[in-house]
Amino acid sequence: MGKPTGFVEWPRVAAPRREREARVADWREVEGHHDAATLAQQAGRCMDCGVPFCMQGCPLGNPIPDFNDRVWRDQWQTAWRRLDATNNFPELTGRLCPAPCEAACVLALDGAPVTIEHLEKELAERAWREGWVEPQPASARLRTGKRVAIVGSGPAGLACAQQLARAGHLAIVYEAADRAGGLLRYGIPDFKLEKTVIDRRLAQLVAEGVELRCGVRVGTEPTWDRLRAEHDAVVIAIGAGRPRELEVPGRDLDGVMLAMEFLEDGNRAVATGGAARHDVRGQRVIILGGGDTGSDCLGTSLRQGAASVAQLELMPQPPTVRGAGNPWPTWPLVLRTSSSQEEGGERGFALRTTGLVGADRRLTALVAERLDPALQPTGEQVELPCDRLILALGFVGPVTGDLVGQLGITLDGRGNVAIDRTSATSAPGVFACGDAHKGASLIVWAIALGRETARHVDGFLRGGPSWLPARGVDQPF
Amino acid sequence: MPGLYLPSTERDACGVGFVAHVKGEKSRGIVEDALAVLGRLAHRGACGADPDTGDGAGITLQLAHRFFKAEALRLGFDLPRRRRYGIGQVFLPADAGARAACERVLEEAVVEEGHRVLGWRDVPHRPEAVGVTARNVMPVFRQLYVGLRRVPPSAYERTLYVIRKLAENRVREGALDPSGTFHVVSLSTETIVYKGLLLPHQLAAFYPDLSAPTMVSAIAVVHSRFSTNTFPTWDLAQPFRYVAHNGEINTLRGNVGWIDARRSQLRSAKFRGGLERLAPIIVPDKSDSAQFDNLLELLTLGGRSLPHAIMMMIPEAWEGNLAMDEERKSFYRYAASLVEPWDGPAAIVFTDGSLVGATLDRNGLRPARWWQTSDDRVILASESGVLDLPADKIVAKGRLQPGRMFVVDTSEGRIVADDEIKRDVAGRFPYGKWLDKNVFEMDELDAAPPAPAIGGDELHRQLRGFGYSDEDVGLLIAPMADTGKEPTGSMGTDTPLAVLSREAPTLPQYFHQLFAQVTNPPIDPIREALVMTLETNIGPDGNTFDETPESCHQIRLPGPFLDNTQLAQIAAIGEGAFETRRLSTLFAVADGPSGLRTALDRLCAAASAAIEDGCNVLILSDRGVDAKRAPLPALLALGAVQQHLVATGTRMEAGLLVETGDAREVHDLAVLIGYGAAAVNPYLALDAVAELVERGDVRGPTADAIARYLHACDDGLLKIMSKMGISTVQSYRGAQIFEALGLADEVIARGFAGTPSRLGGLDLAALAVEALDRHDRGFGRQAIAITDELPVGGRYQWRRRGERHAWNPASIAALQDAVERDDRVRFGEYQRLCDEPDDALVLRDLLQVVPGTAIGLDEVEPVSAIVKRFVTGAMSFGSISAEAHETLAIAMNRLGARSNSGEGGEEPHRFEPEADGTWRRSAVKQIASGRFGVTTHYLVNADDLQIKIAQGAKPGEGGQLPGPKVDERIAKVRCSTPGVSLISPPPHHDIYSIEDLAQLIYDLTAVHPRARVSVKLVSEVGVGTIAAGVAKARAGAIVIAGYEGGTGASPLSSLRHAGIPWELGLAEAHQVLVLHQLRGRVRLQVDGGLRTARDVIVATLLGAEEYGLATASLIATGCVMLRKCHLNTCSVGIATQDPVLRARYRGKPEQVVAFFTMIAEEVRVLMAALGARSLDELVGRTELLAPRADRTGKAASIDLTRLLHKPAGVARFVAAEPWSVADHLDHAIMAAAGDALDGGKAALVTLPIDNTRRAVGTLLSGEIARRHGARGLPDGTLRVKLTGSAGQSFGAFLAPGVELSLEGDANDYVGKGLSGGRIAVFPPRDARFAAEDNALLGNTVLYGATSGELFAAGQAGERFAVRNSGARAVVEGVGDHGCEYMTGGVVVVLGATGRNFAAGMSGGTAYVFDKDQRFAAKVNRELVELESLVDESDLWLVLGLVEDHVRLTGSAVGRRILDNWELMVARFVKVMPVEYRRVLQARRAAARPRATILPMAVS
Repeated sequence: MGKPTGFVEWPRVAAPRREREARVADWREVEGHHDAATLAQQAGRCMDCGVPFCMQGCPLGNPIPDFNDRVWRDQWQTAWRRLDATNNFPELTGRLCPAPCEAACVLALDGAPVTIEHLEKELAERAWREGWVEPQPASARLRTGKRVAIVGSGPAGLACAQQLARAGHLAIVYEAADRAGGLLRYGIPDFKLEKTVIDRRLAQLVAEGVELRCGVRVGTEPTWDRLRAEHDAVVIAIGAGRPRELEVPGRDLDGVMLAMEFLEDGNRAVATGGAARHDVRGQRVIILGGGDTGSDCLGTSLRQGAASVAQLELMPQPPTVRGAGNPWPTWPLVLRTSSSQEEGGERGFALRTTGLVGADRRLTALVAERLDPALQPTGEQVELPCDRLILALGFVGPVTGDLVGQLGITLDGRGNVAIDRTSATSAPGVFACGDAHKGASLIVWAIALGRETARHVDGFLRGGPSWLPARGVDQPF
Repeated sequence: MPGLYLPSTERDACGVGFVAHVKGEKSRGIVEDALAVLGRLAHRGACGADPDTGDGAGITLQLAHRFFKAEALRLGFDLPRRRRYGIGQVFLPADAGARAACERVLEEAVVEEGHRVLGWRDVPHRPEAVGVTARNVMPVFRQLYVGLRRVPPSAYERTLYVIRKLAENRVREGALDPSGTFHVVSLSTETIVYKGLLLPHQLAAFYPDLSAPTMVSAIAVVHSRFSTNTFPTWDLAQPFRYVAHNGEINTLRGNVGWIDARRSQLRSAKFRGGLERLAPIIVPDKSDSAQFDNLLELLTLGGRSLPHAIMMMIPEAWEGNLAMDEERKSFYRYAASLVEPWDGPAAIVFTDGSLVGATLDRNGLRPARWWQTSDDRVILASESGVLDLPADKIVAKGRLQPGRMFVVDTSEGRIVADDEIKRDVAGRFPYGKWLDKNVFEMDELDAAPPAPAIGGDELHRQLRGFGYSDEDVGLLIAPMADTGKEPTGSMGTDTPLAVLSREAPTLPQYFHQLFAQVTNPPIDPIREALVMTLETNIGPDGNTFDETPESCHQIRLPGPFLDNTQLAQIAAIGEGAFETRRLSTLFAVADGPSGLRTALDRLCAAASAAIEDGCNVLILSDRGVDAKRAPLPALLALGAVQQHLVATGTRMEAGLLVETGDAREVHDLAVLIGYGAAAVNPYLALDAVAELVERGDVRGPTADAIARYLHACDDGLLKIMSKMGISTVQSYRGAQIFEALGLADEVIARGFAGTPSRLGGLDLAALAVEALDRHDRGFGRQAIAITDELPVGGRYQWRRRGERHAWNPASIAALQDAVERDDRVRFGEYQRLCDEPDDALVLRDLLQVVPGTAIGLDEVEPVSAIVKRFVTGAMSFGSISAEAHETLAIAMNRLGARSNSGEGGEEPHRFEPEADGTWRRSAVKQIASGRFGVTTHYLVNADDLQIKIAQGAKPGEGGQLPGPKVDERIAKVRCSTPGVSLISPPPHHDIYSIEDLAQLIYDLTAVHPRARVSVKLVSEVGVGTIAAGVAKARAGAIVIAGYEGGTGASPLSSLRHAGIPWELGLAEAHQVLVLHQLRGRVRLQVDGGLRTARDVIVATLLGAEEYGLATASLIATGCVMLRKCHLNTCSVGIATQDPVLRARYRGKPEQVVAFFTMIAEEVRVLMAALGARSLDELVGRTELLAPRADRTGKAASIDLTRLLHKPAGVARFVAAEPWSVADHLDHAIMAAAGDALDGGKAALVTLPIDNTRRAVGTLLSGEIARRHGARGLPDGTLRVKLTGSAGQSFGAFLAPGVELSLEGDANDYVGKGLSGGRIAVFPPRDARFAAEDNALLGNTVLYGATSGELFAAGQAGERFAVRNSGARAVVEGVGDHGCEYMTGGVVVVLGATGRNFAAGMSGGTAYVFDKDQRFAAKVNRELVELESLVDESDLWLVLGLVEDHVRLTGSAVGRRILDNWELMVARFVKVMPVEYRRVLQARRAAARPRATILPMAVS
């Protein structure tokens, strides 16, 4: 149970990051490693709470105190087994999750939660290194012969496919892109997630019997209804790909682009070793949107050699400590600094873009008005010169035209795929998971919902209760 | 009974005594003395709602031939000569028809047995002498005269017994006595009993016979009863035919059950026509004392002497007694194979008309003192001073010691010593040789290969299949195997009852352990290990009447838990006397749920067949579970077989062993023993240990780890037994000391008959579904779950995917947010989370409140009136930090509500409000078994003095505050030494019975008459009965705690398995109090897991008037249920003393105020909806509650009818009836003291005293503390000289400046809670006995004393200076357990000590004058070492104290020592606690000035 007094003896030591100069010079992962002793101490800080809020904070319900304890006791393999039992891709969440678990950690009351996410990543990496991550194919006895199509190979689709395969079904993943991984593949820069991490995991899935069919545009060929007809069940895991647009004059100027276009281009270039079409070397870059995607654009811009980068947000600058209505263990609405933001660039808050200025159809400046804390215009106008504007304004939902047209899928009020308590859509035998139904969210939710949907699909296929492990009851704080 | 009241839970305790003439001279004097003794024991009895109706009083006398002969002649018939006739004292029904029928039956039985009815005599009586209640149910009193013929004199009593049994059985079977009045009080040629539902002083007035000049006797036994019940029953008054009993039989259910099981084996040639026609031997539905008398009578009439029979039924603690001779041990060991000990606190007085004697149980938990006079009288009684005897007539006096017997044989005309009696009995046969020949020790059995360990994947399948969780292995088994101890947890339990759980709990989870409270004390299994034993036998049991070598054919086991090797050895026995057979307890999965029932039938048939084949050891085994075969719940299999064999009369022909994968935690094992298993082999848990060793989670080697695991199980079983006050596994076995919750009558009838199960619940089919569900996890579909991990469990710690908890992240976060911001919307969310779980979590979730006619919110009483009823839980300063403790106090004072100090004292600076109105005082001050910081000053600064009998988290157990948590501040308030561990004993050592509790309530009332005295009990079946007793003991309030609550550290198995939810306990207490017309006397308070306004309303409707919210109020201050209270590492600064962590504390009184205010506001809203203007209008209104109709699943099987039963009568508090202290002796002292109490002139007061004058000095000490605070008066201000025998609690809580000097003797509890005063006791100057050889003081002297001095020129009883933390004392001899749990102070013993000296003594020092060098063997060395006196300071200390002793008491032995000081000093032995010495040395070193080198001055 960790060391009872560990949290008093050892301060929190966050995941180390490589030196700024070194890391902007290449595309390799920013995060470094602690030595084993430090990791053990950090795990030993866990208090093994009677009510581990972290576990409620984690949508996957990872057994956080249990694996912390094992790491503390130098039983890494057992720790790994615990983690592996609830999280299909801890090497991904260990890198990409914003760690609501840490926000809910009881030690976060004093601002120094256990470094759960980093421990998760280290645990996963060690497992891969040691060869503990092995294919876990369903035994022949358990094979059902049922075929399930999972459309979309993001974390939700892959988690769902893996669970279904382990339960004995034939899981076939359809992906429109040339390689599997969804957003992970081309949406996340290598400095946060090196792509070998995805590949080794995909290999495990394949070894477990998951079939990956890339370059298949479901909706076009095959159509959704045909896909449904050819499988015992279909899972929609297409993500929430519709970007939020900037509706101001000048949007059509050259130099204005969506974050995903920019990132995909950059990431493909890294993957192939070629040049990026939208390279921003020497340019003045403005990124609209202060979220993770915006930060990814920022990091990419810095690495491509932008002359300057500014990241602008509509919202005012958040406080540095929790406000009264935002108590522990809820997600803290405070100012955060991403690794990319550490690396450079400027940040602007409370700015609403009112227009874009161009010359020769090329973008030259952004015009914005300053807002007060109530988000009302103050009357102050600013004009920021720039050559490139990247829109990282978030996503508004899945692309659903074909789904509605071909399967008659019902959508919810926000345009997401509507599902019932068993993850079933309005079309018989068709299920949905991940962002496609939840709207754009965290990778940890994607995995969690993928697992949950797999359980329901398993139950559906068997006509009885599924005994795939459940996520546990969600009771938000 | 439609409600929750079970008459079988009734308890009684009492005062007993006898007066006898050693030479057998009959006289009126003996009778009159005995009646006088009875009158002086009146305060040990009780009366119920009717002040003139007692619980019972009576007297046993020898048959006064002249008296009865004269009466017979007067009635027109003659009597034969002495002993050729018997007289029956008979209670007959008032109804003429029924009466005639009963008389006819008796007469017929007399004739049938060949004797004749001489006539009947109407017993004169005066109905006006008794109370209305007693009169209303008064029987008709008649005496039957039986002339005896044709039998040898030795069979007289036997034939009369047969007549009585036949008559009783026929009346019962023929339903001839619907009122249940018929009762043959006595029928004997030797003795006659006069008794009734009387107060002691009414006895002689009621029966004029007793005053007749010719009513003479040489022996008179008296009894005054204090019963928890008030259902008036004349027949349960005592004495019974052979005994008068002060005490309680804890193992009663088992004892009666085993006698029943033996029925077919009971054979005695001495009973004409056999015993079968006399069955039942033990008359059902009578008190434990009555049933004890039943068996004792049979054993005696079967040919054993009374002392012999008593030795069999109440053996002394012989197992670990090194000093006992082998012959006697052999006797006890042999007797153990014939009858199980009747275990429990007992002082028993017995007589057969020529022999009269008394004995105490092995623990000596009841007092008995005796005197012998120069005119050959012997008086023995529960108290000293019950008869005014001139000092110069007393030739010897003493007290009965634990397990000892004291007999006066009037036919031989002498007192027979314990040793002689027992030597005679033990020497009757060569028991030792018989045992050698017929009893096999484990190491005499041939070796046999154990079953190979199950490992790897198969182990995991098996573990899953038996329903093991990750917690079972990681949190329970691993620590046990690693440390040999049961793991500890904190913060109670908040998971559903098994019957509300969705996790398919194993069957033992449906059983809750019972525990002792008030009517008998739990035992400390660690410090008082000498009275406990795990030794057990397997094999057939012999005829209880036969004393033959073959009767003890047994295998002896050192303990009831077997490893695989031991089991294999037993299983392999197959020749000669023993024949073993394994019976499989598996059933086919394919048969589905109905397969369970047929499998049980098959199993029972197989068991019978095995016995038929001559097998005498049956092993019920569930080895071999696979995909096709699932295990029957082991407990059900055992229960069914046990019951089947009892029913067929063959149970005693074989021992039952259980080999099971089911048992993993101590509770599982205990339940199996409790339902009749002789031994258990928990093979799967052992295999899990092996795997833990292999994985490196537990240190090896495997054999050692398994031994440690089993050792932890042993200790755990001892603890579970000790909670109930049971000392031996043999009497625990089959005693069924459990209550079932959630099992249908069908299940109970099948395997657990006699176990209360008051809510109905799962039937066999439903249990089968759960069994198959568990099996499926290991071998069915559930096994495909992707990893080999076990299910998470989540019973002890909240886990997603685990068991549900009431306190979960969402509810905690919502509550904290709501109180932090005083946000009603958020508070509403919190209440919804608690009140509307998605599936029922607690019993009240199954209820709905029936809406009434709503009224306006403005008509409802204000928040300020409601919050007054709220209290926080008892949490000691020590268990929680000063910051947290004071936050609660400040908040509750601000609200006008009450906080509770807990048992750790309180810093005096908190007693007065501060200038800004902040008041840190706890209104409720707790008096717990440790008595930490319980000074007079502490007591007088309370509004409510709460006696904590038990706590929800671990009822029946003591506690320990580890040394590191005892810092300077805590040590100061607890009157102890920093760094030294503090141990709270399991029982209050001044409460072994209900009359003891009454005494403590009296003491507290005396010290602070204006405070209310409340008593905290924990829910269990029978708590209502105890509550009735508490009400009769004049408490002002009763707290019923549920098992859920609890903030303290506790063994994990105790957190969950002891006690039951508050709903049941509260409803039972309320119902019983109403039924007994006692409800109006007391307020009822409830706690243990209350969280919301709805909880408050439901509690009110079930009968509560006040509400404790402990955990919830802690959470309001920031507790996040880390459940680490026992580790001192609370990260939010609450349950810790670490200054670093305390600095993290963020709680504010405002949060607590907001919490209780919002609860009260919501309560008002609910009240308005119910149409209630005040909470009082809702108390006990169960008609406003109804079972929810929308219950599904397991919850639907629960029957709440009895919970909601509403008896007629006054249903809420009306007025308290506290003890009156108006006639307290202290008033006379104060009147004579002038202005001394105001600090004026010193005064000397001289008064006589007798044993009815209790707690002398206490009342005036309370007054002194109120006027002068803790400092009291200057030394020598008030001196009081008293002459006579002092009543109990002499000098309790005596304040500084008061000196009591008593010439005479004193009873129990002298100097209890001594707070600075001085007490000197010495025998009368004209006494003829040597002071140092005689009993001067009773038991439990200086309990919880914090300062002051005691000098006693004579011996004291058991537990001298128990939990003393500061007093200095000199005494000339002490009984067993001297200086137990002492933490400070100095005790000098100038004579012999009893056994187990210094057990649990963590501080203070004792100096024992070890004249004959026998002391060392009597010391419990767990915590102390012995030294000789070399240190100068020691020498001066002892010399000074002995000088004071001689000066104040005139002690002869003291003077002899002083006269030869140089010589004598070498014989003193110093008893020094090791930890205490270490701490003292460290402090001395720290205080020593360090040599420092000054820096050279630089010029």
